Amino acid sequence: MLNSTLDQARKGNPITILKLPSGDIKSQLIRLGISEGDTLICIERLPGGTIVVQKNRQQIALGFDLAKKINIILQ
Amino acid sequence: MKFDNILKLDSDKITSSLLVEEETNSTQKVVLVGNPNVGKSCIFNYMSGMYVDVSNFPGTTVSITKSNYKGKDVFDTPGIYGVGSFNDEEKVARDIILSADVILNVVNALNLDRDLFLTLQLIDMGKKVSVLLNFSDELKKRKIKIDTQKLSELLGVEVYETAAVDKIGFDKIGEAIEKARTGKQELDLHFILQQVMAKSIPQCDSLLILEGDESIAQKHNITNGTANEREKIYIGRRNRVNEIIDVVEHEDSKKGEIFNLFGRYSLNPKTGIPILFVMLVIVYFFIGDIVSQRIVNFTENKIGKEFFEYNAKSFVGDFTPVDIDVVVHDNNGNPVNQRLFKFPSGINSNTQLKNEFELFSKQAGAQSDFHFSNPIAKLFFGEFGVVTMTVTYLLFLLLPLVIGFYFVMAMLEDSGYLPRLATMLDRSFNKIGLNGRAVIPIMLGFGCITMANITTRLLGSEREKSIVTAILQFVIPCSAQLAVIAALLSGAGFGPMILYVSVIFTVLITLSTILNKMLPGESSPLLIDLPMIGFPRMRNVLKKTFFRSFGFMKEASFWFFIGALAVGLMDISGILQVWQNLLAPFTTNWLKLPKEAANAFVMGMVRRDFGAAGLFHMSLTVMQKTVAIITITLFVPCIAAFVVMLKERGWKEGMIIWFGTWITAFLIGGIVAQFVI
Ligand SMILES: Nc1nc2c(ncn2[C@@H]2O[C@H](COP(=O)(O)OP(=O)(O)OP(=O)(O)O)[C@@H](O)[C@H]2O)c(=O)[nH]1
Ligand SMILES: [Mg+2]
Repeated sequence: MLNSTLDQARKGNPITILKLPSGDIKSQLIRLGISEGDTLICIERLPGGTIVVQKNRQQIALGFDLAKKINIILQ
Repeated sequence: MKFDNILKLDSDKITSSLLVEEETNSTQKVVLVGNPNVGKSCIFNYMSGMYVDVSNFPGTTVSITKSNYKGKDVFDTPGIYGVGSFNDEEKVARDIILSADVILNVVNALNLDRDLFLTLQLIDMGKKVSVLLNFSDELKKRKIKIDTQKLSELLGVEVYETAAVDKIGFDKIGEAIEKARTGKQELDLHFILQQVMAKSIPQCDSLLILEGDESIAQKHNITNGTANEREKIYIGRRNRVNEIIDVVEHEDSKKGEIFNLFGRYSLNPKTGIPILFVMLVIVYFFIGDIVSQRIVNFTENKIGKEFFEYNAKSFVGDFTPVDIDVVVHDNNGNPVNQRLFKFPSGINSNTQLKNEFELFSKQAGAQSDFHFSNPIAKLFFGEFGVVTMTVTYLLFLLLPLVIGFYFVMAMLEDSGYLPRLATMLDRSFNKIGLNGRAVIPIMLGFGCITMANITTRLLGSEREKSIVTAILQFVIPCSAQLAVIAALLSGAGFGPMILYVSVIFTVLITLSTILNKMLPGESSPLLIDLPMIGFPRMRNVLKKTFFRSFGFMKEASFWFFIGALAVGLMDISGILQVWQNLLAPFTTNWLKLPKEAANAFVMGMVRRDFGAAGLFHMSLTVMQKTVAIITITLFVPCIAAFVVMLKERGWKEGMIIWFGTWITAFLIGGIVAQFVI
């Protein structure tokens, strides 16, 4: 268990969302199904830090600038 | 569980308490609403009998399309994850939702947890809703069970299973509209809503105001909720979704792997770049070899020149003075025999010579050039004849190539690859002030710039839209242009192509880097959901290819005719000479092309791809051709694209871009010419 940001996640890591950045982007993430407290799996981390996570049957790609603003617990 | 906290509202009571001020229009307004990429357009096509694009990436539809279904108005809308105003598509969708009588909420059964958020929001708005649980074919394949009855109970609205690609469940659409009703709303939220509604504001508006929608609040002259309040409502709604999912969804084996390895590999550059490269090579051989050489050779020369033009021209020549120059070539293309036939009063007037001419001109390898002296005959059937050139060029040269390109694009759009390409390229795009999502409009640009200009709406900020719009108009060749390029360079080998690609690419990087530095504001980060990846559905691909090619022909024929007529009239009146001489310093000294190349820029203003029509008739060296196509590529966008750009981006930006393309086209074309010619 380790407090970190999403851009630090590695392929295959299960992660729990601790805190989302505030503002419109937070609302957008909640709509997509990424809320604080959710557990997701990082299925890909591209060179440069673009992150792809999977929640249930859905895969979502997040840019590095967004990923580094999302606080997570690495498991 | 707190389902007991949910109140079933009597729909009669709501309408009476709100008494919608707007006149009830006699025709019912049925609106298809759903998350992106869930099959709304598929269903719309079925209901309306029309064709709107169906593709496998989020954001295919960016504007409203209206049609009718059994006497009701039906609307296709852009996909949204929730009703709000985070971007342009959402605003467009929001307004139509607010005015809807019935909402057909399309949900993707595989991503029910994501999609139900919007469903609950629509229900909270007090709208009459029916849910179409689409992708039910995939449920069976993956052994996922969704208890639709329970779901319907919990939502308080009807739920119908559909599989839009196979037209399954469509017999129930009429019933879905009939039985649409207001669903179960959360009590706490509804209590707060009542306070806003007390000011005689409709429920749907009230909810959006509570969720912080400024423009709706202004319309009713009250203050909107804060971002914090919105979040609270959103989190509450998300929790309700999760509770519903827990009850209705069962998956037999969690192992139902949706995303195949290809999808995985295409994400990471290590494997993704080789995949991209292989795909490009396949496309190169398909277009560059099969279509542009084998097929076009046949259609253009055999059907277009030897059959259509020959017959059309000799028919006209039957009645009007004509000199015909016939050259016979051997198998290697060397002239071996030549004869000039003069018919000062039409071919028909000299039967003996007519027979000789027919015998001579119909032997293998013969090519006939008709020179009419009557100006009208010349205008319509001469070397640049409006009729002959329009038909040969459009139908027998461009069309096969354009079909080829549209086919490739349709395969790409249907495969689910584009969002993955967007993800892979995200970091590189960040360097030019964009995020990976910009891949989508740019790739669509290779199909049609006009369409791509509209698709820029799916980008997150104005500056990104400006950058991508500029890239599209300056550097991206559309399929018609690529067709011309493929035809001009066919058989010239890799060298010119590599030169062409590197010049265009350099301009792209330079242009976007400058814009990124100059434009104020900040770009948005990538946030995109990746759809299933799979082999494209041929029916969809062919249908799309057909409709696009048809649309292309419809528009292009008219404009080509106009352009060819303009050049023809300028030619006859002598203006063309003046224009050629005027541009001569540019064309001959700077671009090092023959001065007739100036004709290309007249046609090019109508449509870039037509510009090259003139080039076909000139004998150019390979490098001259390369310079010409670089210049034409960078030249102004076609009239249709130009008009759409003005509408999307405004006059000022549009005009700057338009004049900018003149300057860059000649500047870059000339610089390249200095080096290679
Ligand atoms: N397997 C399966 N695929 C479907 C079904 N319905 C639609 N699709 C596919 O899903 C993709 C999206 O379909 P569209 O009709 O373009 O979706 P849309 O909701 O209009 O998408 P946007 O316009 O982007 O919001 C296409 O590739 C369809 O072929 C279905 O029931 N089953
Ligand atoms: Mg659509």
